[in-house]
Amino acid sequence: MDITRFISTHRKLLLVGFLLLILIFITTLPLYARPSDVRVLTTILIYVVLAVSWALFSGTTGYMSLAPAAFLGLGMYTMALLQKELPFFLIIAIGGLVAFAFALLIGLVTLRLRGIYFAIFTFGLVVFMTEIIQFLETRLWGRHGQAIIPIDNETLLYTMLVLVVVTVLATYFIRRSRYGLALVSIGGNEEAAEHMGINTTRTKVFIFAISSMFMGAAGVVTAPSLIYVNANIAFSVFYSFMPIFMAIFGGMGQLYGPVIGAVIFGYLEKTLRAQLYSYFMLGFGIIMVVVILFLPNGIAGLVPMLQSKLGGVIARLQKGSQGEQHANT
Amino acid sequence: MRILEGQGVSKYFGGLAAVSNVDFHVDQGEIVGMIGPNGAGKTTLFNLISAALPLSSGEIRFKDQKLNGLKPHQICKMGVSRTFQETKVFVNMPVFQNVLVGAFFGTPTHISGADAAKETTQALEFVELSAMSATPVKDLTLVNQKRVEVARALATKPELLLLDELMAGLNPAEVSEAMELVTRIRDTGITIFMVEHVMKAIMGICERIMVLHHGEKIAEGTPQEIADNKTVIEIYLGEETRAGS
Repeated sequence: MDITRFISTHRKLLLVGFLLLILIFITTLPLYARPSDVRVLTTILIYVVLAVSWALFSGTTGYMSLAPAAFLGLGMYTMALLQKELPFFLIIAIGGLVAFAFALLIGLVTLRLRGIYFAIFTFGLVVFMTEIIQFLETRLWGRHGQAIIPIDNETLLYTMLVLVVVTVLATYFIRRSRYGLALVSIGGNEEAAEHMGINTTRTKVFIFAISSMFMGAAGVVTAPSLIYVNANIAFSVFYSFMPIFMAIFGGMGQLYGPVIGAVIFGYLEKTLRAQLYSYFMLGFGIIMVVVILFLPNGIAGLVPMLQSKLGGVIARLQKGSQGEQHANT
Repeated sequence: MRILEGQGVSKYFGGLAAVSNVDFHVDQGEIVGMIGPNGAGKTTLFNLISAALPLSSGEIRFKDQKLNGLKPHQICKMGVSRTFQETKVFVNMPVFQNVLVGAFFGTPTHISGADAAKETTQALEFVELSAMSATPVKDLTLVNQKRVEVARALATKPELLLLDELMAGLNPAEVSEAMELVTRIRDTGITIFMVEHVMKAIMGICERIMVLHHGEKIAEGTPQEIADNKTVIEIYLGEETRAGS
């Protein structure tokens, strides 16, 4: 009983402590883990950035963007082209800005499209990017693909960790602010939102660009671990669908939903895929179907569900024991 | 003083004139009603005022400012708010947040979080929904969802409120309550322009009524004048004569 009361009164403190523990775990991991584990963790962190920033725009407004790969790929190519000219950290900022500017442009043109049309356009964008980059590479260099100078695992891990913290904090504050409310109201009924004084076009385009900025920055950090990128690798639709699956799997109602989804999926993907590729994809499909059918709010939706069910059980147990005490006296 | 004025207002959907060359005005502090058979262009006219649809031709002025070419969010900030015929609440939010959206974004000046919350509480009290402020709006009955829309519109601090069939689908007791609510809103100084099919309501509270038919204004006057108007009676009861012949 004392434990439950402690948890409910010191909720914020416990949360901060928990987050600190995770940070300590991630930062100290390179000291005792194998290099391959560090790489797995870095990949998971990339997925966290993708899933959280995808959910920031698409999860709230309901505009299903299939374009994460386009912005991630832009980041990778920014890295490929600038790696010899500029320091790594500057390239990350530039990668983010390139993605931001590109998303602004795309958003202004396409966010008038609704529903399935927007989804199909963004999907087409990824395919278009693949083709145009291939075309440009052939014209400019006469070859496909770019070699990327590797960077040590620890630097990549810590850089990605900083990016995760920035993304999660930015998303947290946006969602809590009046712009978060505006985004959710657009998802609820866009016409009504517009009539209540929200400049829906500006809000959508701006948040779409912000979310793409994080994806672009993540692309810059992803590139060195791949050593070589070409248009098909950088703009792989795999990177577009993974964040969506992760966000849906984890649940988009809460900020931590996409994080949980990305961690679980990223871990399973990296560890199981190498050993049993086809079975992994099969299991992946089945899990997605089950989650969509039975957990419309994802894994995060399990928490209130369990709370209400377990809460009932606990209350009954408490009543039971009180009843017994009464009987004894 | 004329708060809203339209001149030669027209809207064409392809070759169909949904609203054709309508002149209208609403005076400050009035409750003006608009009636007409289904498809007469009433909601289209509201959509033109709130800029949900662009005008084909004509001009609409609010407090002597031209509304042509503005976006709905700009018109809301100028002081014109509305409700919708088919309720358009934010289904993914609780009641309080629905109204909070209006309080945060509906006014031209920046409003602090605390003030927005205060406005929201007041608007919910005004429509008597305070008890349900934490309820998900999708769990509400139709009549309460309509109240949420009214509260949300009031939270934007409008000078002119457009009510699109507020009473459609309500039972007689709910209609009386809604009539009382509309009168109370007017008494706070907000001008009201309403589309309604419930004759008891429109005859009971409107000071002036205009009648649309096939996109054209065919009559305008006091409730009594409209009730006695031959053309209006023909439009509403004309079907019967034809059926008999």
